Amino acid sequence: MLPSSAQKKTAPPAVNVSELHCGYSGNEVLKGVSFSVGSGEFVGILGPNGAGKSTLVLALSGIVPAIGGQIEILGTGVERLSLRERARRMAVIAQESDMRFPFSCREVVEMGRYPHRKRWRMETPDDAEAVEKALCLTDTAKLGERSIGAVSGGERQRVLMAKSLAQQTPIIVLDEATSAMDINRKLQIFKVLAKLNLEKNLTVLAVSHDINLAALFCRRMVFLKEGLIEADGPTEEVLTEQVLEKIYETRVVVREIEAAGKRQVFFLP
Amino acid sequence: MSEAATDERTGGLRPRAHVLPWRIALWSGFVLAIICAALISSGFGTFKTPYDSIVKLWLSPFFPDLAFGIDDTISYIVIHVRLARICLAFMVGCALALAGTVYQGVLLNPLADPFTLGISTGAAFGASIAILLGLGSLHFFGVSALPAAAFAGALLALYLVYLLGSQEGRIQIVTVVLAGIIVSTFLSAMISLIKSLNEESVSTIVFWIMGSLSGKSWAHVMLILPYIIIGGGAICCFTRELDLLGLGDIQAQQLGVNVSRVRFWMLLMASMVTASAVAVSGIIGFVGLVIPHLARLAIGPRHKLLIPAAALCGGLLVLVSDTIARTILPGGEEIPVGVVTAIIGGPFFCFLLLRRKKQLHLQ
Repeated sequence: MLPSSAQKKTAPPAVNVSELHCGYSGNEVLKGVSFSVGSGEFVGILGPNGAGKSTLVLALSGIVPAIGGQIEILGTGVERLSLRERARRMAVIAQESDMRFPFSCREVVEMGRYPHRKRWRMETPDDAEAVEKALCLTDTAKLGERSIGAVSGGERQRVLMAKSLAQQTPIIVLDEATSAMDINRKLQIFKVLAKLNLEKNLTVLAVSHDINLAALFCRRMVFLKEGLIEADGPTEEVLTEQVLEKIYETRVVVREIEAAGKRQVFFLP
Repeated sequence: MSEAATDERTGGLRPRAHVLPWRIALWSGFVLAIICAALISSGFGTFKTPYDSIVKLWLSPFFPDLAFGIDDTISYIVIHVRLARICLAFMVGCALALAGTVYQGVLLNPLADPFTLGISTGAAFGASIAILLGLGSLHFFGVSALPAAAFAGALLALYLVYLLGSQEGRIQIVTVVLAGIIVSTFLSAMISLIKSLNEESVSTIVFWIMGSLSGKSWAHVMLILPYIIIGGGAICCFTRELDLLGLGDIQAQQLGVNVSRVRFWMLLMASMVTASAVAVSGIIGFVGLVIPHLARLAIGPRHKLLIPAAALCGGLLVLVSDTIARTILPGGEEIPVGVVTAIIGGPFFCFLLLRRKKQLHLQ
């Protein structure tokens, strides 16, 4: 955690959430959430169903307005950012696409360039390069001309991933974005993210159900429960039997896996 | 890694260069088909006009010598009766197909079109009221009151559909067409009521419900031209946003699209274009429904190409339909053009539906 805390002094945090209250028509889902993610961190946001993970993602992308508190993205309040400017700072990778028109996978990836393109400007070499890189990193180039509706769920998630990578933002938020992928694809995608995190200082917020996948890649974990932060800290400190048993209300065994040098979690009945 | 990326890049760009020539062929094919259809249509009718004089008359604005020696009656019929009507039919078709494409793109419903959403009926309702109140021939600053009344009616219908078809400010994709049908049925009944209130204007009002281009002139072309240019121009400014709306509201917004603003303006512009078409031609069904699907099949879902393609196809369909409508009966009477588009469009839509079903089974 040293590098990120050192950076905090010079640059504003990538995402800063303070005392966030948020919800839908009378039903408050987030009840005062505060955390700060430094530039270049790889954070997992976890928690049981209904903990407020999805609402947090919608609040971060400015779709569900905050009732109270504040969200800052790279130092600017989310309500003061234009939608396009926000989309240039933070990409959100969704779980599913309900695309109703037969756009090809490549066309969907090209949509990721929207926040960078002026209205009447043609595609620039930068756009083309970003799209090709994204296709290449997610191994979706060969899906290129196929319709987004005609590929499998896991392939579609990779295309959505490519779309967000083409957005070339300093922050990426994954919203259960690998849920339909095969295990090897999940690992491959997270390896790509870890590489970008390391080499390009990409900030990653992975919202996920999958504790064990998060445990392999996230250096920090934030656990939400019933709209509040239950635990927040470096993975090796937070990922313990006591913490998890309190959050998931079930018996848990945490084991050190030597081959990976990481912890894995087993839930017992 | 970087080498692989550049390889992919050229590999990715090559097919596009390949696509270009046949795309040019496709577009010139469109334009050529429209010119041919217009020419053939000009020769049809009870009054016989030889094709060589039609071509000469068409070219006479550029080469004045060509029109020399052609009978005045022929010249009047070719230019002021038939060509005006052909242009009007083409523009009405453009407008309806344009509106249908936008409605389908904005509401993400493949069954949305000016007719199923009740917008056409709303426009006809507005126009009927204007006629009932005797405002039909009024002009304000050179702009006829009729399209304005039609636009007001279209907006009323749009508002009702929005009210019935949305929950908590979000349009429900399935219910919106149901709401449209309810609004359309209700407003049709209102039009019938107006009709029975005022026996004198019956014939004028009947035309709104059936759709007809009979007896239209260049004045009508000029009447709808500004609306179509403004509406079409505005729609062309938003082609990329229309593409992104297909991802769903949340993902579009996360990519930086102001979803509610785009939706508002696009619905408004499509309704304005619809209203202008209805104001001169009445309710012509099926064009706005079938043509966007056909164009999407031919050219793909990207609105940058889809919108002009749909407009051209729609124009061609109404042009051909109107030619059939005014020439098919041997006695010289006309049938409403809406009947012809429905007869052509209905079976074609069935074909599209079956094809779609088959695709779904395959998946």
